[in-house]
Amino acid sequence: MADALTPFLEATVRTATPLALAALGETLAERAGVINVGLEGCVIAGAFGGLVAAGAAGAGAGLLASMLAGAALATMFAVCVVRLRTDQIITGTALTMLGLGLTGALYRTLYGASGAALSSPTIGPWAIPGLSAIPVVGPAVFNQPMTTYAALLLVPALWWWLYRTHAGLALRAIGEAPDAARVAGVAVERAQMLAIVAGGALGGLAGGTLVLAQVGTFAEGMSAGRGFIAIAIVVLGRWHPVGVGVGALIFGGASALQFLFQAMGWGLPYQLFLALPYLLTLVALAISRGRGRGPLALGRRAP
Amino acid sequence: MSALDRATAPEAPRAVPLELRGISKRFGSAVALDDVSLAVRPGTVHALLGENGAGKTTLMRVAFGMVPPDAGEIRLDDRIVRFASARDAIAAGLGMVHQHFSLVPAMTVAENVVLGGRGRYSAPAAAAVVQRAAARAALAVDASARVADLDVGAQQRVEIVKALARDAALLILDEPTAVLAPTEAHELLQWMREFAARGGSVVLITHKLGDALEVADDITVLRRGRMIRSGPRSSFDHDSLVAALLGEGSPTARAVASGAPVGAPHADTAGAPVLTLDDAGWRDASGIVRLHPARCVVHAGEIVGVAAVEGSGQRELLRILSGRLAPTSGRAMLPDAVGFVPEDRHQDAMLLDGTLIETVALRGAGRARGRLPWRRIAEFTQSLMTRYDVRGRHASLPGRALSGGNQQKLVLARELEPAPAALVVENPTRGLDIRATAAVLDALRSARDHGLAVVMYSADLDEVLSVADRMFVLHAGHLRAVPLDRDAIGRAMLGAT
Amino acid sequence: MRQLAVLGGAALLAAVLLLAVVALAGFDAPAALQALWRGAFGSRDAWLSGTLVRATPLALTGLAIVVAFRAGVLNIGAEGQFLAGAGVATAVALATASWGPVSLLAALLGGVVGGAAIAGIATVLRLSFGVLEVISTLMLNFVAQYVVAWVVRGPLQEPTHIYPQSASLEMASRLPILLPGTRLHLGVLVAVALALGLAWWLAQTAAGFRLRATGLNAAAAASAGGISVSRVTAGAFLASGALAGLAGAIEVTGVTYALYDNLSPGYGFTAIAVALLAGLAPGVVLLTALLFGALEAGATAMQRDAGVPSVLVAVVEAVLILVLVLVERGRRAGWFTSDTTGEDPS
Repeated sequence: MADALTPFLEATVRTATPLALAALGETLAERAGVINVGLEGCVIAGAFGGLVAAGAAGAGAGLLASMLAGAALATMFAVCVVRLRTDQIITGTALTMLGLGLTGALYRTLYGASGAALSSPTIGPWAIPGLSAIPVVGPAVFNQPMTTYAALLLVPALWWWLYRTHAGLALRAIGEAPDAARVAGVAVERAQMLAIVAGGALGGLAGGTLVLAQVGTFAEGMSAGRGFIAIAIVVLGRWHPVGVGVGALIFGGASALQFLFQAMGWGLPYQLFLALPYLLTLVALAISRGRGRGPLALGRRAP
Repeated sequence: MSALDRATAPEAPRAVPLELRGISKRFGSAVALDDVSLAVRPGTVHALLGENGAGKTTLMRVAFGMVPPDAGEIRLDDRIVRFASARDAIAAGLGMVHQHFSLVPAMTVAENVVLGGRGRYSAPAAAAVVQRAAARAALAVDASARVADLDVGAQQRVEIVKALARDAALLILDEPTAVLAPTEAHELLQWMREFAARGGSVVLITHKLGDALEVADDITVLRRGRMIRSGPRSSFDHDSLVAALLGEGSPTARAVASGAPVGAPHADTAGAPVLTLDDAGWRDASGIVRLHPARCVVHAGEIVGVAAVEGSGQRELLRILSGRLAPTSGRAMLPDAVGFVPEDRHQDAMLLDGTLIETVALRGAGRARGRLPWRRIAEFTQSLMTRYDVRGRHASLPGRALSGGNQQKLVLARELEPAPAALVVENPTRGLDIRATAAVLDALRSARDHGLAVVMYSADLDEVLSVADRMFVLHAGHLRAVPLDRDAIGRAMLGAT
Repeated sequence: MRQLAVLGGAALLAAVLLLAVVALAGFDAPAALQALWRGAFGSRDAWLSGTLVRATPLALTGLAIVVAFRAGVLNIGAEGQFLAGAGVATAVALATASWGPVSLLAALLGGVVGGAAIAGIATVLRLSFGVLEVISTLMLNFVAQYVVAWVVRGPLQEPTHIYPQSASLEMASRLPILLPGTRLHLGVLVAVALALGLAWWLAQTAAGFRLRATGLNAAAAASAGGISVSRVTAGAFLASGALAGLAGAIEVTGVTYALYDNLSPGYGFTAIAVALLAGLAPGVVLLTALLFGALEAGATAMQRDAGVPSVLVAVVEAVLILVLVLVERGRRAGWFTSDTTGEDPS
C-alpha cells in the first residue's frame, strides 16, 4: 500500500497542476462577475501554442507562448462579453469550439494530415533539496516540474492579492455589484478585461503544462474538458484561492485513483470515480445555498 | 494620524467653486438637457429643482463625469475641466450620493468606503479612514457592519461618509429625502446647512418645493431639460417656484404638486367589503417579520391610500392584497382576480422583448387552456391603446418601443379591462411626466367611481392624499388606519402616536 | 422572414469563411469546396446517407435547446442528456430484444426517460437548491460521459468483452430505413414532425405562451400572468432533456446500432449553434440543422478528397455563433439603425 501511495500522491499533484492553474485563472474572471466557459478553448490553445513555440525555441519559450495563446483567445472573449456585452455562456461556448477547431485544424495542417504524434521538449521535474527527501510525501510533492510550484505559489499570491490589495477589493466588488464599483471610481470594464485575460493566460499555461511538463506531445482535443473541470473546481472551492487549490487536488486525486487501482490490481470501475468529483461539486453546491454563494453578479450580462 | 487627532473638531472642506455652462445632452432623439448653466458657490446649499424627468439627475451626472455632455463646459475655479469618469470628478473634490445607493451589500462599511483606492488594503486602516471621515462630518456609522444589514438611513450616511472620505468638498445629493421619514429628512437637511456653514457646498437634487425652500441658499429650476430660473432663495416664494416648476396653464398639474386634492374625496364610500385581511402577516426566509399580522377591509368604490417610509412592509402588504404573495400567517380574503400595477413595470408587468399583444395576453395566462385566440387579443390590445391613449404605432411593437408613460398606461389598461373587483397600485406615477401622471390618477378615480376597490401606495405622500378616501400607514411592518390629515400621517409614518 | 435572411447570410458566410481558411492554410480552395459540395449534396447518397442522417440528431438536440432557452433555462447539458438517452435506449433495446417491434418503442421511450431523468437532476438542483443550471448541466455532461464509459466496459459490454462498446442491436430494435440502400432512417421524419409540432405549440397554445412569457420575463409572468414559473421551468427543462435523450436513442437505434464511448461528436454543443442560428424558432431549426449536417458531411468528404482537416467545421460553427450573437446584440442595442434610443436618461 505504502509503495503505491507515493505514485498515487505524485499522480494526484501532477494531475492537479493544470487543473489548479486553470481554476485559479477562472477564479479571477468569476470574481469579476464573468463565467468564462471558453476556458476550455484557452487550455487547448495554450497546449498548441506551447507545442509550436517549444519546438522552435525550447520549453521555456513554449510556456510563455502557451500563456500568450490562452490570453489571446480570452481577449476575444473579453472584448465580446465586456465591450460588446454578448451573452457570457453562449460566447464562451463558441470560443471553446473555436479553440478546439482551430488547434485541430492547424495541427493537421502544420504537422501532417494524419496528425502523427510529435514529441516536444519538456520541462523535467526539479527536486527541492531537503523537502523532497521527506518520506512518501517528499518525492510526490517536491519533485515536480516548475509549473507545479508555480501553481502552489499562486494560491497564497492570489489570496493576498484578492484580500490585501485595493485592486483585489475592487475586483471582488465588481463581482458583487458592478454599478456600485463603477460609481466608487473603479474602472469596471478594464478590470474585467484584465481579469479575463489573465485568467485565459493561466488557462493557457495549464495547456502548456500538459504538453511541456507532462505528456510531451500534442493531441487533438487533449484538453479533455479540463477547462470545464476548472469551472467545477472554482465552484467547489467557493471562489476562494485556497478552496480552489484544495478542489484541484480532489479532482486530481479522483483521476489518480486509476493509477492506484492499477498498482493495487483492483478491478474497480475507475470511470465511476472520475465522475465522483462532479457529483461532489453538485452536492457541495446544493448544500451551500445561501452560505458561501458565488459573486452576486456572476454571469449576468451588463445592461 | 494627525488627522484622526483633530477629528473631534470639524475641519473646513476646501472650496470647490463649480460652474456648468451651456450643457446640452441628447439620448437618441430625446433632448435631456438643452443649454443649461448653473453655478454653485462654496459654502452654500444649491437646490436643483424639477419634476421627474426634468433632467436634474442627468445634469449632475454630467458634472460628476458619468455622462459626457454633447456641448457645454464644466469649470472648477474658473478653469475648464474635462472629467472622463467619476474617478476624475472625485479627484477634483466632488462627491455624489445617488438616489439608488451605490453600495456593495455583501461588503462592510469600511470596504465600501475605501473601494476605489490603490495599493495595499488593510481592514484596520480602512476602519480608521471611516472613523476619521465620520467624526469630521459628525455622522454615526459602524465601520465593521455589513451594508446589507443596515437600514436605509444608515446606508445613506455611509454614502455621505464615502464621499467625504475622499475629501469631497462639493456633495451632490440626489433626492436624498425620498427614502427618509420626515424627522430623518429634517435632520439631513440640517446637516447640509452645517456642512455648508463649514465651507463645503451641497447640490440638492429634489422635486420637493418644501425642502428647497427650507434649506437652499440658491435655487435652480429645470423643466423638460431647460433651465427656467436660477437665483438666490430670497428671489423665490412658494407661488413663483410652483409657476417656474410647472409652467403656466396646467391647473391639474399645479394642484398635484401643491398637494391640494383635485376632486373632493368621494363621499359615499360604503360599498361592500372586497379585500379583507384577517391578521395576515409575512415573514421572510430568514425569519424576519416584514409585515406584522394586519387587519383591514377595503370596500367597493373607495380608494384606500397607503403611506410608509421605504422598507416598512408596504411591498409585502400590497402583494398580499393583490394575491401575489401568500401571507405566512393569518388569512387574506380576496376576490378571484385582483388587478395589480407594480412599481417596477419593466421587471414585474411587461414583456419588453415580446409584443404589446403578448404583454396584454399575460393577464390570465396562468389559467388559460388550449389555444389562445391571438387575433381577438390583438384587436383588444389595439382598442385598449386607443381608449387609454397609449401612443405606439401598432400593437405588435415590442414592449420596449413604448415610453415609460405609455408602458404604464398600457399596464393599467390591461389590469382594468375587463374590470376586476379590486385594483392595487404601487408608485403608479414614478418616472412619469406631469401629463401621464394626471392621466393615471384620473384612471384611478374613474375606477373607483365605477365601483372598484382601489388600494394605492405612493412614496409621494401628497400624491396619495390627492386621490385617497381613507388612509393606512405602515410603520416597521405595523399597519394602522389614520385620519386624512397630513401631519397625523407624517407622525404615524415615524411610529409616533 | 428576417430569420431566413440571416440564415442565408450565415450559409454564405460559412462558405466564404471556410474558403478563406482553407486557402490561407495553403490548400486548393476550389477543389476543397467542390469536395465539400459533393460530400454534402453531390449525390443522392450524399444527401440521404450523409447530410440528412447527420442533420437529424442536430435538429433534435437543437429543438431541445430551443425549448429550454425559450423558457429562460440555460441548459448546456444537451450533450449529457443525449448520452443518457442513448445509454438507457441501448440498455432497454438489449433487454427487450425478444419483444419484436415493441422493443424499438421501448428503447425510444427509454431514451426520452433517460434524457429527462438527468435533466431532472439539474431541475431539482435549480428549483429546490438554487444551483445555476449552467454549472449543474456542465457537471452532468461529464457524469453522463463517464457513466457511458463505464457501462460499455461493464454491464453493457459486448459478449466477447474485448471492445469498449455494447452488443449490436437486434433488427427489431432498429429504426426502419426509409429508402432501401441508404442510411436514411425514420428518425428524420420524427425530427420534422416534432419541429413543426413544437412551432405550432409555442405560437398558438396557452401552455406555449406560458413557456415563452416565462423566458421573456419570469417575474412579470408570475406577477401579471399568475403563471407558476417553477412549474413552467421544470416542464421546459424536462422536455428539453427528453428531446435530447430522444436524439440519443434515435442515433443508437437508427445509425450506430450500438453504444460506445464517443457516440456524440459534440452534438449537444453544436445544437446551441443550431438553435441560435435559427433564432430559437423550431421550424427554422430544421434548416439550420440541415446546414450544419451538410457542413459536417461535406467536411468529411473534404478531408478524404482534398486533405483539408474536417475539424475546420468547428471553427466555422464557432465563428457563426459569434457573428450571430453580435448581430442579435447589435440589433437590440440599435447599432444598425441611425436613430439610436440609447439608455434611459433618467
